[in-house]
Amino acid sequence: MTPAEGSIPPAASSAPSTASAPSTASAPSTASAPSTSNGDGELLLRAEHVTKYFPIRSGVLLQREVARVHAVDDVSLELRAGETLGLVGESGCGKSTLARCLARLYPLTSGSVVFEGQDISTLSRRELRPVRRELQMVFQDPYASLNPRKRVGEILSDPLRIHRRGNRDQIKRRVRELLELVGLSPEHINRYPHEFSGGQRQRIGVARALALHPRLIIADEPVSALDVSIRAQVINLLDDLQDELHLTYIFIAHDLGVVRHVSDRIAVMYLGKIVEVSPAEELYQRPIHPYTEALLSAVPIPDPDLSDRRTQIVLEGDVPSPIVPPSGCRFHPRCRYATKICAQQEPPLAEYGGGHLAACHHPLNLGLPAVPTAAAPTAAAPTAAAPTAAAPTAAAPAAAVEPLPHATGEAAGGEVPAEEPQ
Amino acid sequence: MTGPRDGGAMTGEPLLDVRDLKVSFRTEDGLVKAVDGVSLTLFEGETLGIVGESGSGKSVTMMSVMRLISDPNARFEGEVLYKGHDLMTLNPDQMRSIRGTGISMIFQDPMTSLNPVYRVGSQIAEQIRAHDHVSKQAARDRAIELLAAVGIPQAAERVDNYPHEFSGGMRQRVMIAMAVSCNPDILIADEPTTALDVTIQAQILKLLRKLRNDFGTAVVLITHDMGVVADLADRIAVMYAGRIVEQGTRREVFYDAQHPYTWGLLGSIARLDRPKPRRLAAIPGQPPSLLRLARGCAFADRCAHRFDLCDEQPPLLDRVGGNHLDACHLEPKQKKELRETTIHPELIGNAE
Repeated sequence: MTPAEGSIPPAASSAPSTASAPSTASAPSTASAPSTSNGDGELLLRAEHVTKYFPIRSGVLLQREVARVHAVDDVSLELRAGETLGLVGESGCGKSTLARCLARLYPLTSGSVVFEGQDISTLSRRELRPVRRELQMVFQDPYASLNPRKRVGEILSDPLRIHRRGNRDQIKRRVRELLELVGLSPEHINRYPHEFSGGQRQRIGVARALALHPRLIIADEPVSALDVSIRAQVINLLDDLQDELHLTYIFIAHDLGVVRHVSDRIAVMYLGKIVEVSPAEELYQRPIHPYTEALLSAVPIPDPDLSDRRTQIVLEGDVPSPIVPPSGCRFHPRCRYATKICAQQEPPLAEYGGGHLAACHHPLNLGLPAVPTAAAPTAAAPTAAAPTAAAPTAAAPAAAVEPLPHATGEAAGGEVPAEEPQ
Repeated sequence: MTGPRDGGAMTGEPLLDVRDLKVSFRTEDGLVKAVDGVSLTLFEGETLGIVGESGSGKSVTMMSVMRLISDPNARFEGEVLYKGHDLMTLNPDQMRSIRGTGISMIFQDPMTSLNPVYRVGSQIAEQIRAHDHVSKQAARDRAIELLAAVGIPQAAERVDNYPHEFSGGMRQRVMIAMAVSCNPDILIADEPTTALDVTIQAQILKLLRKLRNDFGTAVVLITHDMGVVADLADRIAVMYAGRIVEQGTRREVFYDAQHPYTWGLLGSIARLDRPKPRRLAAIPGQPPSLLRLARGCAFADRCAHRFDLCDEQPPLLDRVGGNHLDACHLEPKQKKELRETTIHPELIGNAE
């Protein structure tokens, strides 16, 4: 709870957020910083061509493999120490499977995962143990991920005992320390999980992940099951812990607002593939892949006027089956820009500058300046073509986002505009 | 969205008038006051959004309106007037004729609200035949028509599918088809999109908006997502611990929020339409137990602006002006000063 420590090394997390702080569109130049500030940290994890297929078997005695679910298909990504990589996509897009592959909770079908310079994709269970200390997971469901028959003290001390971190007293002290770290009272040590609320349980899940001083935490939808007001608490907690303990996060969520808030970089997945990777703010200002554009457009805006004014792109249909993924670009059956080539050739992940990659034959928003201006993600994009940093005052009506103090300051005047009942 | 948004003619008789509804459950631990004096009105063609966290009583309120709570330990007080008749006094047969034709409801989980062993079409037809005396064939034809209307492709073939052959979004469409099959005046949607992905959520919200505009159905939309109500609701009621703490038009609640809990809700959303705040304005603590509600304001424990009066008596729903209601002891003038810093705490940091 001490944000004063924001200046400590993993500046990757604090730099982009201060750049976009509500002090108007003050410094567009610093806003481009995220890509470079991420480079500060050393390479922590590199995934290359990670592929995970789940076999579908049929038959009574002799189970033959009849088909495969292409859960994760040839995904490569890099992660630097101190940064937060957000992973977004709809359910079934393979984001959780990818996370579990990276943590080696699943064996890979092919590809490799190099963590701290060591290829962990082929390690045995025993060899994996030291890796587990460095790489921990936080799960979505705070009700299912804690053993209901164990007290909190046991839940938190188990990893310490298994990895032989100290004697009984030291372990006990560490458990109390962990509880305090995540904002729980050390007196709760003898309680069972059912005695806690959802938000508190998720805190216990976080404390368990922290027990062995990991470097990387993979959080799989850590706040999705929580109520809004509690969600913000847990997000702030994860933020603080990152600053205090120099953690690196992979943060999986389907809530794009949450992902934007926590991430330095974001990878968008669709049907087992990464279709776009970008510095966080850039992704929201200048989505290149049509799927990203549609995904952002689908998010409801908690502001009546903006909500009425914008035109939403509503994707038709559902995500196709990952058993027989579409040919070429996997998004082409739902894409409004699709042409012949999209069905035939799979587009490669191409670089568009500043660490922004996308896999599309018809990339969007290339005319926009790479430096994010204060344009809404879905606002009529082509109008804001001027590559010069837009002066805050000149923000045209098209730019739906106004600097925060203005937007709310006016409303705070108490006058509810014209179309009032009577 | 044109039409009666943000205002509408709130004159004449409301379609639905809930007056001082109280619902409590006897449990081993004591009396749980799930709904504690809720009053709501819904006018023709209007969309009312009810927002609140889990346990705030928003679903129980609407389940009580539908008389769907059969728990013998439940106790109800108050009136639910639908077109002038008190639903609380109707017998089960009379109530059954109102469900479906007068008021119908869709639920959060489209996976469990359909019967897995019956074909989708026969489940819709069953409802039609329960209310209208039509032939099996006519009911089936109507079911196909409805499925097409809610955007199910190849409705004539899909009508014979089982629920498991549909995706989550499609199942929710089937639920909606079923709910509107008898042209109800009121459609209650209880977290209709919570279990769905954003892109599918956008499809379902679009469909609800279309139904409302085409048929003039009044909608009660229960949700925890401020974005969804901003999109769809004309009026919004914010619930906390079984009570309504603020109620007003969409614009009033979003641009002139009066209750500190509403401020907290607005502040704790990670929004895409604004510059990113350094920290989210989380509401500290957690919702109170409904077993032991404080004498005063239920939100006092988590409120940054609490003062003596808050502990002594529960605030009443006061009129701020027009039909904007708010249950907070703070003076309107104080609220104006406190609101912005509560929703956007980083503003304080900047000022320093």
